[in-house]
Amino acid sequence: MHNLTIGAIREQLSRKEITSTALVESVLARIDAVDERIKAYLNLDRDGALAAAEQADKDGGSGLLHGIPVAVKDVLCTRNMPTTCGSRILEGFIAPYDATVIEKLHNAGAIILGKLAMDEFAMGSTNENCAFQVPENPWKAGYVTGGSSGGSAAAVAAGECFASLGSDTGGSIRQPASLCGVVGLKPTYGRVSRYGLVAFASSLDQVGPLTRDVFDCALMMNVISGHDERDSTSIRRDVPDFTTALTDGLQGVRVGIPREYFGEGLDPEVEKAVRGGIDMLREAGAEIVDVSLPHTEYCVAVYYLIAPAEASSNLARFDGVRFGYRDMKAESLIDMYRQTRSQGFGDEVKRRILIGTYALSAGYYDAYYKKASQVRTLIKDDFAAAFDQCDLVVSPVTPTPAWKIGENADDPLALYLSDILTISANLAGIPGLSVPCGFSSDGLPIGMQMQAAHFNEDILLKAAWNLEQRAGVVDKKPAGLD
Amino acid sequence: MKISKQEVERVAQLARLDMSSGEVEKMTGQLDSILRYVAKLDELDTTGVAVTTHTQDVVNAFRDDEVRDSLPRDKALAAGPRHNDETFVVPKVIG
Repeated sequence: MHNLTIGAIREQLSRKEITSTALVESVLARIDAVDERIKAYLNLDRDGALAAAEQADKDGGSGLLHGIPVAVKDVLCTRNMPTTCGSRILEGFIAPYDATVIEKLHNAGAIILGKLAMDEFAMGSTNENCAFQVPENPWKAGYVTGGSSGGSAAAVAAGECFASLGSDTGGSIRQPASLCGVVGLKPTYGRVSRYGLVAFASSLDQVGPLTRDVFDCALMMNVISGHDERDSTSIRRDVPDFTTALTDGLQGVRVGIPREYFGEGLDPEVEKAVRGGIDMLREAGAEIVDVSLPHTEYCVAVYYLIAPAEASSNLARFDGVRFGYRDMKAESLIDMYRQTRSQGFGDEVKRRILIGTYALSAGYYDAYYKKASQVRTLIKDDFAAAFDQCDLVVSPVTPTPAWKIGENADDPLALYLSDILTISANLAGIPGLSVPCGFSSDGLPIGMQMQAAHFNEDILLKAAWNLEQRAGVVDKKPAGLD
Repeated sequence: MKISKQEVERVAQLARLDMSSGEVEKMTGQLDSILRYVAKLDELDTTGVAVTTHTQDVVNAFRDDEVRDSLPRDKALAAGPRHNDETFVVPKVIG
């Protein structure tokens, strides 16, 4: 039962062939069996989930996710469970309110099983920066899940929840989705409320779903999208029923292939799988066109100035006063700030706070932050020009499949460079999706990235659904976990 | 070098981070390689290019100026490491 899609569960629940209690029990049993190996959960609300399931069975209900157990990245505030952001500095913190997306899950009838592992404050591409545990790729022990929503991707892939939420600042939904073989969508900036999402880089962050298939992704988007007056950057715009976009055939759809995304450093197996996926889109009726995104090579540099600059400001709030950890031995206020932060933050977070503080400091602001914000305009304009020629841009998600835990751990710049294909969507504010399109010879999943113009999630979902129908990989599950 | 140990120490001071000399040493090397990489942006002439700090065309988001419930004090204080039921308590600021 733990490998069902939400689409299938909804049908079986409506025919009363299964109960919510049976679903929750099956997933809890699965977690007991595999989470020691996967290490996806930081917090599991076993009793709460069982009680909610019993209630859901008793009440009935028509919510899109009625009685269906899901889990969320530990960066989303929840009133009844701790929210750690994978950091010592928030160990034991219980938020006084639920994030808007958590409220929306509850309103749709979903049961929230627990909180999933992540890189500390969502800073990382492997989940090795989680202060508590490092989740492992369900497809191969000892391999990274990707990050920073690594727990969210691994839990869905391993049958430990039916869908999850992650957050994506530079690829943190799409990259782990690709490395773990699930569907992941970063919505348009402003499509989903950030209220109650602990901020990393506020102009880039966006919450989105990770699911078993494209239909479930569309369904989750129906649940979480929409304007929220508590997030002043969320956009007043109607939310369509995204599932209606999932129709066969891509006639009239122009798929752009950006030549800069197929350059040096791309693993040949990844290229082969993605090119194979492009052929399937063509077979589905799409027109394939070459496009250029000429400033792609500057994306990593822009991102690793803007994101740390915003982070250094956002993370100033962790000072030992209002929440989380405090060094109780400090005798002065300044010492308390310094010692609390030095003991509470891990190395990657400190590194980014330092880069950001430096880039914003007097004498360097123009050369770094302002310059990066200008090049961001050029990157955004590249996409605007590309979307005059095509409806979506297709590429790999990551240059390689998952790698071994520990590789690159001492070379932050090498890891930053691996984000090159996903960062641009955040810089431009456009939606991006990862959908499984094949496997490496080692049996590791490979995803295809699709990016579209602002608010065109429906086009992404339609194209991804057409690929999924043809790629024949959606039913493949990680072996060796049972 | 793009950044010196002294500059890293100054920035750490601004960011309220304490670092051992070993940490400063290691961080200086890593920050230097990152800053050397991002200097790539200097290849581009951005004279006259507008900055992008926000990707959507939204300006100010206002709501009606009316009193609404806010977080009750006990809930706001509950997650604080030290409080006296009225305020957060911190080490003495003025000696």
